[in-house]
Amino acid sequence: MNDMRLPISLLPLELNEVSFVHRGQTLLDRISLRLEGHGKILIMGPNGAGKSLLMRLCHGLLKPTNGQVHWASNANGKPPRQAMVFQRPVLLRRSALANLTYALGINGTPWKQRKPMAWQALDHFGLTAIAHRPARVLSGGEQQRLALARAWLLKPEVLFLDEPTSALDPAAIKAVEDAVVDFHRQGTRIVMSSHDLNQAKRLADEVIFLYGGRLIEHSPAEDFFSQPQTARARAFINGELVW
Amino acid sequence: MPASDNAFHTALALVLSMDPALIDIVLLSLQVSFTAVLIACLLALPLGAALALWAFPGRGVIVVLFNALMGLPPVVAGLTVYLLLSRAGPLGEFGLLFTPSAMVVAQVVLVLPIITALTRQQIEELHHEYREQLTSLGMSKLRRIPTLLWDARFGLITVILAGFGRASAEVGAVMIVGGNIDGVTRVMTTAIVLETAKGDLPLALGLGIVLLTLVAVVNGAAYVVGETARRRLG
Repeated sequence: MNDMRLPISLLPLELNEVSFVHRGQTLLDRISLRLEGHGKILIMGPNGAGKSLLMRLCHGLLKPTNGQVHWASNANGKPPRQAMVFQRPVLLRRSALANLTYALGINGTPWKQRKPMAWQALDHFGLTAIAHRPARVLSGGEQQRLALARAWLLKPEVLFLDEPTSALDPAAIKAVEDAVVDFHRQGTRIVMSSHDLNQAKRLADEVIFLYGGRLIEHSPAEDFFSQPQTARARAFINGELVW
Repeated sequence: MPASDNAFHTALALVLSMDPALIDIVLLSLQVSFTAVLIACLLALPLGAALALWAFPGRGVIVVLFNALMGLPPVVAGLTVYLLLSRAGPLGEFGLLFTPSAMVVAQVVLVLPIITALTRQQIEELHHEYREQLTSLGMSKLRRIPTLLWDARFGLITVILAGFGRASAEVGAVMIVGGNIDGVTRVMTTAIVLETAKGDLPLALGLGIVLLTLVAVVNGAAYVVGETARRRLG
């Protein structure tokens, strides 16, 4: 919940009647919402509800067919720094260490600082032992932690996570969830999608519930889980099939 | 003993004794083909990557054109370069015709489409996988080119070797623009044609053995590189 030690982040993201149409099919239908504050936001909903799509539109990977996605500027007058962690981590065909120094190179970190910073991140995520292994032969859990380490180095103000644990075993899921809490504690805004109710209960401060490309509910997590306002959300929480 | 068998023995002897005339021809062949492939790579790798990344009107036509040019008959390439470099041609003043440089130009024309078209395919496939991550990192298309070329490196080695195979094996283009002048523009393939016509089968066969060995070594290297990459990088 609202942690008073956190810097108040004034980074509202506003979606105004955002729709996304692909081959005549409306995948997201006139979604309007405003994200602010600094709680962890969980986007929930059954498969095909449009969770991943909504995050891609927010992050700027896709342009909406209609409507606007508007980021307020940060203190430097620029849109906030963002990073995204995908369901299946996309890692370069290089060593784990090189994947990190590469990301630092892109964001303009001076050459001499890249390796020390990369090692720090590897250490933080418990990956020092596999620093020189090719990233793509690591286990699923290690790959996702490496993707998180890469995001960590970019010092994002907003971090999007698209079902980051859906292909992982319990230990790896715990590692990812710990990392998410860690990011949040450092002041990073978290926007994460999940269809795992227990995970959402563990992590969410705020829930956005999507169904069939529509925004059904947007409420504080406590309210959403204890007294959902729509029949669909109720059914989803009770584990009934809602699609 | 049949004549060809005899010729085969003499050919082997020529190769094993490192006959100076044969060595000269082999060295010139390698020099011309390596130079041509190097120049073609410098142009075709970035060009292929750019074709994979940028969408623009007419892109489809260019892609098909490069694909079609992969099968460009060497004699046609040779004739085109001949017309360009001949005294009356637009580039005639440089006096390149019947020099190794002209042969390099002709081989570049042959190899460039192969490397461009195959690079485009490889980079397109890799970018399909990387696109969201690279966009998320805020990379411009221009900055993606070196990243993608490096990450596709093992596949691209095979592409470059395919180009080298084409360059070292073709005969029509270098024959037309080089003229097969003894000691100046005579390479393995043109020498084989000439010596066979003259009936000097040992030299022709000797060169044939060298050429085959070269192709085998190049392909063996490609296989080893590919396998190592698969095991190491997953």
